This record gives sequence, C-alpha cells and structure tokens, in this order.
Amino acid sequence: MRSLAHNPSYLQVTPLALVILLFLLFPVLTILVVSFWDFNAYQLIPDFIFENYQFLLTSDVTLKAYLKTFFYAFTTWAITLGLGFTLAYYLAFYIRSPLLQSVLFVLCTVPFLTSNIIRMISWMPLLGRNGMINSALQQLELIDAPIEWLLYSDFAVVLAFVHLYALFMVVPIFNSMMRIDRNLMEASMDAGASALQTVFQVVVPLCKSGIAIGSIFVVTLVMGDFITVRLMSGGLSASVGVLIHNEISLLQYPAAAAGAIVLLLTVLLMLSILFRFINIKKEL
Amino acid sequence: MSFDKKDDQQASIDTPIDNEKPSAGLSRRSLIKAAGALGGVALGSGAIPGFPMIWAQNIKNIKLRQFGTGVSNLNDIAQKAKEDLGITLELTALDSDAVAQRAVTQPRSYDIADIEYWICKKVFPAGVMQPMDVRRLKNFDKISPLFINGKLADDSSIAQGTAPHTVGFTEGKDSTRFASEPTNWMTLVPTIYNADTLGIRPDLVGRPITHWRDIMDPAFKGKTSILNIPSIGIMDAAMICESMGEIQYGDKGNMTREELDKTIEILKAAKSQGQFRAFWKSFDESVNLMSSGEVVIQSMWSPAVAAVRAKGIECKYQPLAEGYRAWGGGIGMAKHLSGLELDAAYEYIDWYLSGWAGAYLNRQGYYSAAPSTSKEFLSADEWGYWIEGKPAQGDILGTDGRLMEKAGTLRDGGSYWDRMGSVACWNSVMDENKYMIRKWNEFIAS
Repeated sequence: MRSLAHNPSYLQVTPLALVILLFLLFPVLTILVVSFWDFNAYQLIPDFIFENYQFLLTSDVTLKAYLKTFFYAFTTWAITLGLGFTLAYYLAFYIRSPLLQSVLFVLCTVPFLTSNIIRMISWMPLLGRNGMINSALQQLELIDAPIEWLLYSDFAVVLAFVHLYALFMVVPIFNSMMRIDRNLMEASMDAGASALQTVFQVVVPLCKSGIAIGSIFVVTLVMGDFITVRLMSGGLSASVGVLIHNEISLLQYPAAAAGAIVLLLTVLLMLSILFRFINIKKEL
Repeated sequence: MSFDKKDDQQASIDTPIDNEKPSAGLSRRSLIKAAGALGGVALGSGAIPGFPMIWAQNIKNIKLRQFGTGVSNLNDIAQKAKEDLGITLELTALDSDAVAQRAVTQPRSYDIADIEYWICKKVFPAGVMQPMDVRRLKNFDKISPLFINGKLADDSSIAQGTAPHTVGFTEGKDSTRFASEPTNWMTLVPTIYNADTLGIRPDLVGRPITHWRDIMDPAFKGKTSILNIPSIGIMDAAMICESMGEIQYGDKGNMTREELDKTIEILKAAKSQGQFRAFWKSFDESVNLMSSGEVVIQSMWSPAVAAVRAKGIECKYQPLAEGYRAWGGGIGMAKHLSGLELDAAYEYIDWYLSGWAGAYLNRQGYYSAAPSTSKEFLSADEWGYWIEGKPAQGDILGTDGRLMEKAGTLRDGGSYWDRMGSVACWNSVMDENKYMIRKWNEFIAS
C-alpha cells in the first residue's frame, strides 16, 4: 500500500491495464491456446499438437497468400503515402485560411461517413465489363473490346484499398506538418534550397512520425483484410485474411487460430523493423 | 438397442405425453404449465378453427426457439403458425456452417433445429437431438417417398451423396444411430428441398447448353463463375469434371484424396487460363454477376435466377444431361424438449406438413415435403406451373404478391418428377472434409 501511496501512477494506469488485459491479451492468449488444438468437422478437441502450424508453415498456399498480401500491402502503402503526403502538403502549406483548411480537411473525411463495404461495392458498376468506364471508352471509340482487368483483378483490389485507407495517411501527416515551425521553411529557402530540396530535407524528416503512424495504419489494415480482397478480386485471389476467413467459416478454428498467430507475428515483426528507424514516442 | 420395436411402441403409448424426469427443470415446467392454464382461462373456449387439438389451449402460450439457415427461416411461416396454433416461434437465421456448429455445441440454445440433411448426419450422432415418433405426426404418410426410401418412383435409382432417407430415421427412441430402413423414429421432418443446376444467360451464351462441362468451354473464357462455398462448390466441380470425362468418381458426395487432388488440379488449370470471371459466396453476388453480364454461365440457386428475371433480364435455370445437385432440409427437436413444449413442437411440425407452409415454399420455387397437402393451398394454375411443369395459364405471383412469371411461361427443367427424378448427387459432408478445405484454399490462392 505504501508504494501505491508514494506512486499513485500505478493507480492511474490500472484502468488502461485492465482494458488491455481483458480485451487484448486475454483474447490473443485464447487464440494462441486454441491454435494448438485438434479439430474435426464439428468439434474442437483440446489437445497440444503442432499439426496446424506444421501444415501452415510448409504449405505452398501460405507462401502464395503471404506474397500476395505483401504485394497488396506494399503497393497500397506506396500509393497512399504519395497521395497522402501530397494532399497533406497542399492542405498544410498552400491553404492559408485556417477556416478553409478545416473545411477542406472535413471534406476529405466525408466519404468515410459511409460504410466501407458500400464504398467498395460502389466501384463495381463503374469498373465492370459493361460498367460506366468501359461503356464510355467504347462510345468514344477509344477501345474496341471492354477492358477486363478493371474489375475482379489486383488492380481493383489495390484501387479499393487506396480509396479506403488514404485518409489514414492524410490525417497523421497533416497533423505533423501543422506542427512544423514555418520559420524553418523560410530559413531553408533563405539558405538557397530549392522547393524540392526543402520538401525532402526539411518537411519529410519532420513528418517522419506522421508518416510512420500512417504507415502502421495502412499496412496493418491491408495485412488483416479479407473482405476487400474477396469482393474486388471476385474471390480469385487469396490474401492471408481470406484463408483465415475460409477456415473460420468452416469451423476450423484451430487452423484459423494458427494462421492468425503467424499473421500477428509477421505484422509485429514488420512494425518492430519500422520502429528501428523511427522513434515515434520521441517525435510526437 | 436392447429392446425391439414392439416394446418401444408400447413404452411410448404408456407414457403418451409426460416422459420428463421429475427432478430436472421442474420449476421451469411448472411455470409454463401455470402460464398455460392462465392462458386457457383467459381465452375461455380457445379452440382454434381447423385445428381441434386436445392440447390447443395449453400450447397457446408456448414459445419455441427455432434456428436455422435463412432459406427456410421465414417470418411469414412463423406468423401463420402463431395464427393457426398460437405457438410463438422465435427464429434465428445463421449460415449453414454456424448452424452446424451451434446445433452441436449449444444444444440448450434452441428447441427446434432447422438444418440440412448433411448437417444432420454430423449433428445427430452427437446426441443433442431426439428423434420424433412418427405416430404422433398425422401427416406422416403424406411425406414424399423421397424422404422415406429415397425413391421418387418405384424404379428411380438413389443418388450419390447424403441422400435424406439415409439419415432420416434412427434405430429407436434413444438411439443416435441411423437406421438402414424406415422406423418409427424420424430424425428430421423434411420441410424444403430443391434441385440445383447451372444458370445461364440465354441471350449471351449463343448456343444450347446441355452438359455441366459446357461451363469449361473456351468460348466462355472469362465469363463463368462457380460458387466459393467449399462444401457445395466441390460438388459442382465434381459434376463438371465427371461431365468432361476427366474423372470417374466412386461417390461424388464422399471423394477420396486422389479424386480431390485431380478435381482441384482441373480447377486450378482452368483458373490459370482465365476461365473464371469471379467466384461468388453470397446469393446477391451471384445475382449481380449474372445481371451485369459479367458472367453468362455459372453455378446458381433457383431464387437467384428468379431475382435476375425480376430485373427483366433473361436467365434460365438450365437442366443438364448429367442431372442435378440436390439439397434438402428439415426440422428436428432438441434433446431437452419435454412436456408441453414437446407437445407444442409436435403440433408445429405436423402443422408444417399440413399444407400452408408447403404451398408457401412452392411459390418461392422450392419443393414441399408433403406435395399432396400443399396442393390444397395452391391454385390449379400454380400447381400446374410449379409442380406439373405446365405452361402458366395466368400470371404467377410470388409470396409477396409481386409478379414472378408471366402467363405462358414454363418452369425450367419441367415438372417436379422430371427435376427431382434426375438428381445425380445430394449435398453432403465428406470424410476427407479437412483435406478438401485445404485443397479448396489451394485452388483459391493459386
């Protein structure tokens, strides 16, 4: 009790610690335990076997799914970073009036007020074989036959991801940019740096934390996604999430749990590499 | 089982209603009884016209919890049951995998299970349900022979897969083993079934479609789809491979590892050549694929074909030479049901067979388990169109009163006997289920 009285911060962290324990650690531990269980068509059999992992780690399917998922994650990350940075830069440095800045920022978030499934599905009438893009191009006689790869392809998946997650990049980068002391920019210009040099040698390093936070959002969201991949690829591609989802819907919980643990470790590994380069705490 | 059938019969006659252990759940039951009595008093002579049951007053206030797949968990049927019997049905709709799991793992969470026969094959042996005494079902003898001995007509042959009659009866009241021939103890009373095939866009395929293998025709490259629900998709795939002459299956409903390997290889090859436009998982996806013209031939369910047609787009549920892939579901009782609730469940299940519900399902394009009773609730024209395969005399309306088919149309595939008589395989669950899922994932990820 004395230590509590001396150091009330223990009491202060208790609620958060309990929340994390109950809603994060406990479920993850359960998943870990279940991943060693056995199963048949309709039952989970408590056990301690490595078969789930053994199959997962030696199967071609896992490798292919991971390569596909990394491809989606990387492409989406690169595009959202480019878009997010440009948008945030424009908002932060080109728009002078704080009111207009806020209005435009809110405007960016408007599409996010609808469900992400709706936003995804709304691409379909646009991209389909007889969709608006194809019929427009055909009527303009720019193409003879409809372009097939617009929908149910990797292109469609990445497009939907970018649409869904670009905002997660814009917000933290914009936030970092707003804290940059404008005098630094002026100093850079005065010292003779070109606009491009200022962007890459002053703005980018000072936005590192924002970029890192945005990257964490985008990469983790894409790595864990299954519904976008399923809908936009028409079920033709499988990401790691799709495999896990398939297993869950067939009640193969232990196999799904093993998949989830491996995915979790992969994402944690990626994040730890990211944190090697950027100390988010220091820069916040 | 130690006792023979005759003893069994005797036992059930001796204890016609109350076979509950006196200790278990006493308070709950006495509550229900009290409520029932009160209800009876309040309603006075609460006899229900058309259903003069002894227990009618008592079962009025009973609530039964039914869960099952969305396809037959219909609010209209629950409402009608409430009107006719006074029983309140609480419906929960889940997807078929969740249904199977809940049936086994949470047997106290439901009173009536509305499941498919292949699910029953796995659920019943777990001992969470009780078989029904067919002598308490007045309409038992109206049930189609398809569910009794597997034969629509005396000369029909029995299809592969989990044919309903093979899991339709148990050896005795307390047995969890399926009987090889009809007994007095039924696992599920059939409610709904149908024969599935490929749907096509007649305006876009440009040639007659006659076989399952036609979906692999290079002419339809990038314009086909199959369903991505592994347990059903693999059966459609088997119908296709067999039709192509690539594989001869011992039993499409229970494939060996080699058969699965070969089937998936064929699918993977077709996928890498771009034969498939997409795979669908839900009903509405299949409707959108078809109506938008993304695909011209694909696996489909009959209400999806109706939905495409309702948009004014031509769509045909094409009968094929190799036959149909059939599925069927029924309702069964949870093990814990007893006393008044058990009586109510019997009343409800018997009511299901008595015609109104069957006619309702017929109007949605499904078949009812007791065709002769549903006939009384259908107009002659409806019966002619849906069951006999005759041209519609007038417009055919759906259950919601909206136009389904214009006068003069014929049902795709023809009559009930034509369609259900040429079933090649029933939906089933394989012994190599786990392996099958892995191979299917391999196919999707390839």
